[in-house]
Amino acid sequence: MNRSKRIAVVSALFGVAVALSVFASMAFISSSPEVVDFTTASGQPVDLTIQTVGTIGFGVHPDWVSYLVKSPSGQWLNTTLWKLPANTKVDVTLLQFDSGSPLRNQEVGGVTGVDDAQLNGKSFSLANSNDQAGVGHTFSVPELGVNVPLPGVNPNATNTCGSAPCSLQFVHNTVTFSFNTGAPGMYRWQCFVPCGGGFLYGNGGPMQTVGYMDGFLEVS
Amino acid sequence: MTDPAAAPAEMNQGGPHHFWRLFTIWAVLSAAADPLFYLLVGPHLPPGDMGSAASGDQFDSNVLFVIAIPVVFAIVIYLLYAVIVWRARPGVPEPVSGPNSHGNFAIQLAWISISTLIVMGLFIFGTIELVTSAGSGGGEGPVAIWTLDSKTPLVVQVIAQQWKFSYRYPSFGGFETDQLVLPNDTAVVFHVTSLDVIHDFWAYQLGVKADANPDYDNIAYTQTQQLGSFEVRCDELCGLWHGAMFDTGAVVSKSAFQSWAASTEARLASATKLLPAFSWTYTPDANGADGGLYPDDKDPYSNVEVYGAQPVKVSQAG
Repeated sequence: MNRSKRIAVVSALFGVAVALSVFASMAFISSSPEVVDFTTASGQPVDLTIQTVGTIGFGVHPDWVSYLVKSPSGQWLNTTLWKLPANTKVDVTLLQFDSGSPLRNQEVGGVTGVDDAQLNGKSFSLANSNDQAGVGHTFSVPELGVNVPLPGVNPNATNTCGSAPCSLQFVHNTVTFSFNTGAPGMYRWQCFVPCGGGFLYGNGGPMQTVGYMDGFLEVS
Repeated sequence: MTDPAAAPAEMNQGGPHHFWRLFTIWAVLSAAADPLFYLLVGPHLPPGDMGSAASGDQFDSNVLFVIAIPVVFAIVIYLLYAVIVWRARPGVPEPVSGPNSHGNFAIQLAWISISTLIVMGLFIFGTIELVTSAGSGGGEGPVAIWTLDSKTPLVVQVIAQQWKFSYRYPSFGGFETDQLVLPNDTAVVFHVTSLDVIHDFWAYQLGVKADANPDYDNIAYTQTQQLGSFEVRCDELCGLWHGAMFDTGAVVSKSAFQSWAASTEARLASATKLLPAFSWTYTPDANGADGGLYPDDKDPYSNVEVYGAQPVKVSQAG
């Protein structure tokens, strides 16, 4: 192969490598979990049904703990990006299928920023994580002052759910509450229980990844 | 045609005395600018004077500016003077040689001496400011170089975690809240620690900034001296929501603080019962999600009695 051909081949390979890098970078940057739109019934209270599961059972991280949300069409989706109407009451039904543990910081065991919090039909304002099955997760929107602890299910129960979406036949706790979305804006929400088992301090993996234990409320 | 050697000679012999002209311009401008800056701009320099540590920061910045302004003026005035007065003119050859192109021992000695004095002076000034009462504590533990004069400061424990700050008030039953409220005109001791990774507690307008490390009790001091709100930010890259790890604190009157503390203590009484014994550090579980290792009783880093408040009993078991 003469010199000009070698230069042409090397240049072509370099161009392909650059193109692949750009494509991969753009794909990574533009990839994001789906946004579920709950704004269609603007002005009316929004019903938000979500669930937590210890191991999601599918996708790229099947062994990660995760939140799922039920779309307005009734389909369970693995996304934590939810679009909500501003200044609107949101009635939340949260199905907790995961087990719990004593809280590292019991302060997040208190219910704040919501109305009419109930655990399995009984009013509750504080979860004692040192009792029974502990607390598995929290649903917290810091900028709205919202914090709701989610007591864990009995880990010794025989009918625990290990793969999402979980149906009501599996052992679970039902937590209900309401909160107001407030002014338009992007409100981050997260779980404050370091529930990323297997990661340093429990704060890696799903705790650091939008789509699992973190997300945004896109209030508009 | 003009003799090239004659032009430089004229600069000192037949023309004005440039040094004294430059010195006069510099001295007048510096003498005017320094007090104007100190009096008009200085009080507004960040981070303000909401707390004694912030005032210390502001004073330090003012000192630096007051020293830097004459230095900047000296450079800029000389540069402009040279461009205007010594610029090449049509028909006049450039002064490329002659006596003025030679070194001047007196001037060289002067600028080296003055530069050395300024740098060494700032070194001594900075060191003193760092370790004396203007400092806000450097994580020096119970044997800090400088501690508060007050024997009855308010002790506030700052607990960082991914991604929020919590505050415990040992003088009020040890309740824990996500609100940081402080009384005005009061000495405050922050005991800063973390439940997981390294964070940094930065109460900006108070001038208080201290690393929050797990298993470590980092102490910072301030004296509140102005009512208002202040920003609290994490200043250590700590993960996904580091950028959202901020909240707002408030300095309120002493009576308002007492009222808030008493009502919060009562409101959180049932939650406080569930909290672990008060400890200066809390050991997280590095292996995963399990809790239950809070607090760490092994190394209570500080002795709360030193501060003379009325704290809850600090766990001393080991």
